[in-house]
Amino acid sequence: MPNSLPKQSIKFSWLFKMAWRDSRKNRARLLLFISSIVLGIAALVAVYSFKDNLQKDIDAQAKELTGADLVLDSRKGVSKAMQKMLDTLGDERSQEKTFASMIYFQKGGGSRLVQMKALEGNYPYYGAIESIPLAAAKHFQSGRNALVDQTLMLQFNAKVGDSVKIGDLNFNILGTLTKAPGQTGIGASIAPTVYIPLKTLDKTNLIKTGSRINNKFYFRYNDPSKIDEWVKKQDSKLEKEGFDADTVESRKEQTGRSFKDVNRFLALSGFIALLLGCVGVGSAIHVYIQEKLSAIATLRCLGLKSRHAFLIYLIQVFFIGLIAAVLGAALGTGIQFLLPLVLKDFLPVEITMQVSWPAVGQGLLLGLIISILFALPSLLSVRRISPLNAIRISFEKATGKRDPLTWLVYLLMAVFITAFTHLQMKTWIQTLAFTASIAIAFVLLIILSKLLMFLVRKLLPNSSSYLWRQGFANLYRPNNQTLMLTVSIGLSTAFICTLFFVQGILMSRVTLSSGANQPNMVMFDIQNTQKEGLDSLTKAFKLPLMNRVPVITMRIEEINGKKASADTNNRRAYRNEIRATYQDTLTAAEKITAGKWTGKIKPNETVYISLDQRYAQQIHVELNDKILFNVQGMMIPTVVGSLREVNWSRMQTNFRVVFPAGVLEEAPQFHVLMTRVPSGEVSARFQGEVVQKFPNVSVIDLDLVLKLLDELLSKIGFVIQFMAGFSMVTGWIVLISSVLTSKNQRIKESILLRTMGASRKQILAINAIEYFFLGAFAAGAGLILAISGSWALAKFTFDAAFVPPFVPTLLLFASIVLLVVITGVLSTRSILNQPPLKILRTES
Amino acid sequence: MESILNIRNVSKIYQSAGRELTVLDNINFSITAGSTVAITGPSGSGKTTLLGLCAGLDRASSGTVELNGIALEKLNEDERAAIRNQYVGFIFQNFQLLPTLTALENVMVPLELRGAKNIRAHALELLDKVGLADRSHHYPVQLSGGEQQRVSLARAFSNQPAILFADEPTGNLDAETSEKVIKLLFDLNKDAGTTLIIVTHDLELAARTARSIKIKGGVIISDENPTYA
Repeated sequence: MPNSLPKQSIKFSWLFKMAWRDSRKNRARLLLFISSIVLGIAALVAVYSFKDNLQKDIDAQAKELTGADLVLDSRKGVSKAMQKMLDTLGDERSQEKTFASMIYFQKGGGSRLVQMKALEGNYPYYGAIESIPLAAAKHFQSGRNALVDQTLMLQFNAKVGDSVKIGDLNFNILGTLTKAPGQTGIGASIAPTVYIPLKTLDKTNLIKTGSRINNKFYFRYNDPSKIDEWVKKQDSKLEKEGFDADTVESRKEQTGRSFKDVNRFLALSGFIALLLGCVGVGSAIHVYIQEKLSAIATLRCLGLKSRHAFLIYLIQVFFIGLIAAVLGAALGTGIQFLLPLVLKDFLPVEITMQVSWPAVGQGLLLGLIISILFALPSLLSVRRISPLNAIRISFEKATGKRDPLTWLVYLLMAVFITAFTHLQMKTWIQTLAFTASIAIAFVLLIILSKLLMFLVRKLLPNSSSYLWRQGFANLYRPNNQTLMLTVSIGLSTAFICTLFFVQGILMSRVTLSSGANQPNMVMFDIQNTQKEGLDSLTKAFKLPLMNRVPVITMRIEEINGKKASADTNNRRAYRNEIRATYQDTLTAAEKITAGKWTGKIKPNETVYISLDQRYAQQIHVELNDKILFNVQGMMIPTVVGSLREVNWSRMQTNFRVVFPAGVLEEAPQFHVLMTRVPSGEVSARFQGEVVQKFPNVSVIDLDLVLKLLDELLSKIGFVIQFMAGFSMVTGWIVLISSVLTSKNQRIKESILLRTMGASRKQILAINAIEYFFLGAFAAGAGLILAISGSWALAKFTFDAAFVPPFVPTLLLFASIVLLVVITGVLSTRSILNQPPLKILRTES
Repeated sequence: MESILNIRNVSKIYQSAGRELTVLDNINFSITAGSTVAITGPSGSGKTTLLGLCAGLDRASSGTVELNGIALEKLNEDERAAIRNQYVGFIFQNFQLLPTLTALENVMVPLELRGAKNIRAHALELLDKVGLADRSHHYPVQLSGGEQQRVSLARAFSNQPAILFADEPTGNLDAETSEKVIKLLFDLNKDAGTTLIIVTHDLELAARTARSIKIKGGVIISDENPTYA
């Protein structure tokens, strides 16, 4: 009599064969389930590819971005010692002065504030200033010529050969400027550039007190290999002189860094789409395994070991995940070609898109990891399916203990999400906040779905009609899908709505008010001698003098007796030029939050200044701290007397540093004047007159700025919507696949009801009631999460108020519920269209 | 004759809603190799539970189950799976064919699990014996109930089991088809010399076996023509 255990030798190849066989008739459905991760992977592959290509292009074009081997720039004047040093640098030198100024088109009479670049030398040494005609960029320095940005030429309908007035001089437009080194499309439309020869600058009389001029010096080296080393060595000297150094290497880093934030945002949007997909994969595989319960039990009866059963389904998930990853990677590689189109206005370099194999590899790996990781909780349960299920259809698990490996998988999921988020985020705090929000949303939805089941069971009145009772009862009966659908629909809704709300918050935050009584024109750089004249001109045009303030430029010399050299952690405070004012009363946009406001002082009294509270934080200054200001050579000791909250979004001049009256009246200063022009026509006439009479005064047409800002925002909005689109479509796929997976739970019941004589209408009504309630509850829960999340983001991150837009919110809610009901009812309808027996046989 | 199945003092108790529910209470019997036995009883008497324990699908709460000389209660689930694959065949009331496998593949599975050779030819031979050689590439859904149970018979005999458990094998079939399937079951069993244990409440079917164990309320109330007492 045999009494030893038989040995089983299952080949790995058989497991593959069995996995293949078992997946028959389910492959399309499995693909639908897994398709929820395709878009997420596609989004990430597109972003990674774009990042790769951008980095390559930045590396390749960095020289064209800087246009020289070394760029030194300063907003301060150039000292004699510094000038001596500048004269010895490089094998070839160019100089440029950049400042804001008005330009007046003689022919059409139009004027606009532009970024003026007065250039001398052969800059750029790498790349080119591109112009039409091509030769104009080369020859404009030979006479009184200008290169005018193409947006300006278009705006004022100007042609090459026309004349423009800049300051006191007339210039001939020699060419249309199409591209300047390092300039982005968006930069050109906000501050269009005009090039003039440096040697003509003095005669324009534009350089006056308070003019903000950026002095740039460009150097070309025959051997540029030691420049970075030189910059490092001269760092403190350059800093002392107020100079910044830019080399090809530093520009590479800087450009890459500024796009890191963009990439981080794009990758996070893709990751949200992918996370949604994970929920889809998790719920789909859960239902898939439930449907396979009987087959697995039979195989176990026939002698299949639990780990082999597990492997069969793991192999299926692996290959379906691989297919999804390949599809996602292919789609992502295609989509990356769209990203430069979406971002073209923000890019400083020409992008040459090509397949990025590291990005494709990352996408494939990510797809595989995610499919397997999020399928694992369900796959692990395969190991615990008892063969008894084959002889007892309603066999219940003897023990409800959770598999310890499941906990390990949950831990791995948490680690994966945290680690991946950390790769996209800057700090651990942000990472943990993001991960914790997802975990909280998940747990809350589980609690809510349990609450729903409890409430429906307890509160459903017996007196209600059969259809309602049956529809509601489906929510808590055995094999119900309430938990799975609430979590997946709820999370999808939460993600979609949060993106929508955040977009709204961002938009409203930057939309400036342009009400009827608000000023819409700002004039600055008004000299003391021009004050009266400009006031009279404004009055002559019957325009109101709405806000006129003096502006004094200064620097911080010492804080509490410490100079910049001793206060190494606070260098920015000493470096930046400050534009301060003096006033005897607070404006409507200012509120004292700490200390006491001092409006006026007498000679020799302590100068109590008031700081914007955020600025005080930035420069690490508190009440009663002592600050020594260098007001163009004159040292003025002050004490921080008060801190103010400033409403920066109000359309008026606001200042970080405010002096009391009685101190700065005699200091070199210029003035800013605000007014409101009633129409574009008056604006054009008034600007023309101002430019003619006061050439150095710059005029900003805020209506134009608002228009530009609006354009900029809609471009940013498009980028946000483009990426949010991935999450939205994924959410929709997850929703559909969740509803479709729950279909099988309803089939038998619907057919039985039909066999017992229920009409199609009645069954459809039962299903509609169930799906309506599920959809409404899950979408409602998701909305609550989204509103809470958006409120928290608005308050703590964007520092803005958040009121959910009622009508769009309601519309979002209604569309999600409608989508759930339609998908649910349609899936039932397809069953009801066939004879009950056929369905029963198929399902058995 | 050697006994292939020894059941001694077997009880099965389930926990249900915080209470203990005794489904089988101190069951004892032994079955000789090559014999045919029916386990009968009304619904809920514990027949299927007893079959599950005998076939190593479940573990007894107390007592011992010895199959082919191996005590099952000491084995883990995977070891019992190996025992089932080596020594046990199954026929289920609802056929339990794998829906995504063809008739031929269904018959091949137990052999594949065992790592046997010439599987295909053997499986085709069995399908031929049950009269379904021409339907070998059909999926279960394309077969009638009777045909599905015949495939199930071929699968049950494919690994030449020492003992065959049939759980209400005609429960889902009409009278005429039932008769054909039962005849086929007994014929195949005779040819193979397998021990056959049928769980049924069909007394007519039970009468065709050499021995009939009747249980009610979880205890054996009669054991006709017992070969072991």
